[in-house]
Amino acid sequence: MNAHTAYALHLGDDALILGQRLSEWCGHAPALEIDLSLANLALDLVGQATSFLGHAGALEGDGRDADALAFHRDVLDFTNCLMVEQPNGDFGQTIARQFLFSTYQHMLYERLTASTDATLAAIAAKGVKEVAYHAEVSADWVIRLGDGTPESAARMAAGLEWHWRFVDELFEPVDPALVAAGIAVDTPALRPAWDARVAAVLAEANLPRPAPRRAVTGGRNGHHSEHLGHLLAAMQHLPRSYPGAVW
Amino acid sequence: MARNKSGLTILDEVWSVLAQVPDPEIPAVSVVDLGIVRRVDARAVIITPTYSGCPATLVIEQTIRAALAAAHLPHDVVTELAPAWTTDWITDDGRAKLRAFGIAPPPIGHGTRSLMNAAPAECPRCSSTDTREISRFGSTPCKALWQCNACAEPFDRFKCH
Repeated sequence: MNAHTAYALHLGDDALILGQRLSEWCGHAPALEIDLSLANLALDLVGQATSFLGHAGALEGDGRDADALAFHRDVLDFTNCLMVEQPNGDFGQTIARQFLFSTYQHMLYERLTASTDATLAAIAAKGVKEVAYHAEVSADWVIRLGDGTPESAARMAAGLEWHWRFVDELFEPVDPALVAAGIAVDTPALRPAWDARVAAVLAEANLPRPAPRRAVTGGRNGHHSEHLGHLLAAMQHLPRSYPGAVW
Repeated sequence: MARNKSGLTILDEVWSVLAQVPDPEIPAVSVVDLGIVRRVDARAVIITPTYSGCPATLVIEQTIRAALAAAHLPHDVVTELAPAWTTDWITDDGRAKLRAFGIAPPPIGHGTRSLMNAAPAECPRCSSTDTREISRFGSTPCKALWQCNACAEPFDRFKCH
């Protein structure tokens, strides 16, 4: 698989795996509003994933469509970052992940709208409006929980602490040739703006910035935590049990 | 251009068929009212998805295909992503139908500014702008739940997108 295809795949995998994770909250969230929110965020992400994976399949040219890539690959072939596959934990941990990731994804999509790959640019132009909402909703909740009761503040802080080790992976450099060709976004360049935004929200939430942690990485190379296999088992069960079944 | 017995061109026919295709989630408006149909050429109806994850996207395409086939029109249906759909493409007619259906239409000109809904919605029942957001997400991904402080009516607001 060439770097261009792999890039479209990694964008799709991030969205797909987070969408699947978030869907686990459906019917379980602490209040109706946030139950609807999380389900809708999941829907946006799965929609974006469908577009990215469809494009990856077209670039690959081996006849695999979005469904084939989503349902008929195994753990080692997924290139999503580790943060999105982590268990939901409690609501604070879910919101921490959403805030850290959506803030990154929003900045990423903003730049991706200028990609020289017109399809990636078009998918990003649709997705950026959706992800802006995700970033805003999750930031609101970080502030609400962090600036709330001692219990909610402690849980929000613990959620951020839990996910902090997966932040560096978001900003790992992508293939330099793709960046030079204007296809891919220069991810490390997003970091200062991300740091500034996160610092501003944490300050408003009266939450401490987690101490630097040794980064855990490897997702882009298919080295995943044990959690991904369990997630895929649930997500892929039906199409694997009934190959070729159509809706 | 070829005309049928009623003097309509094929393009007119296609458009009149499309105007009868309802949105599956908000049947009060058609796919034309919502700006889902980008254009019609000699061979195809070119449509746009609304939200990336809108579950109605596939149903809309299938419904359009079925409607065209039922009218014996040979047009294919092609989906184009760019430029991204915005609520600014909802027609004036569509906005009036949404309001009559009890849904506050999105403000025009905010489409590029994502879904932030800074301005208060206008109550579709009493037209008051003394309204408040109850939930950012409502019965479908494209709507938020609002309530009117003046007449107490809860209503859906189409999100600006």
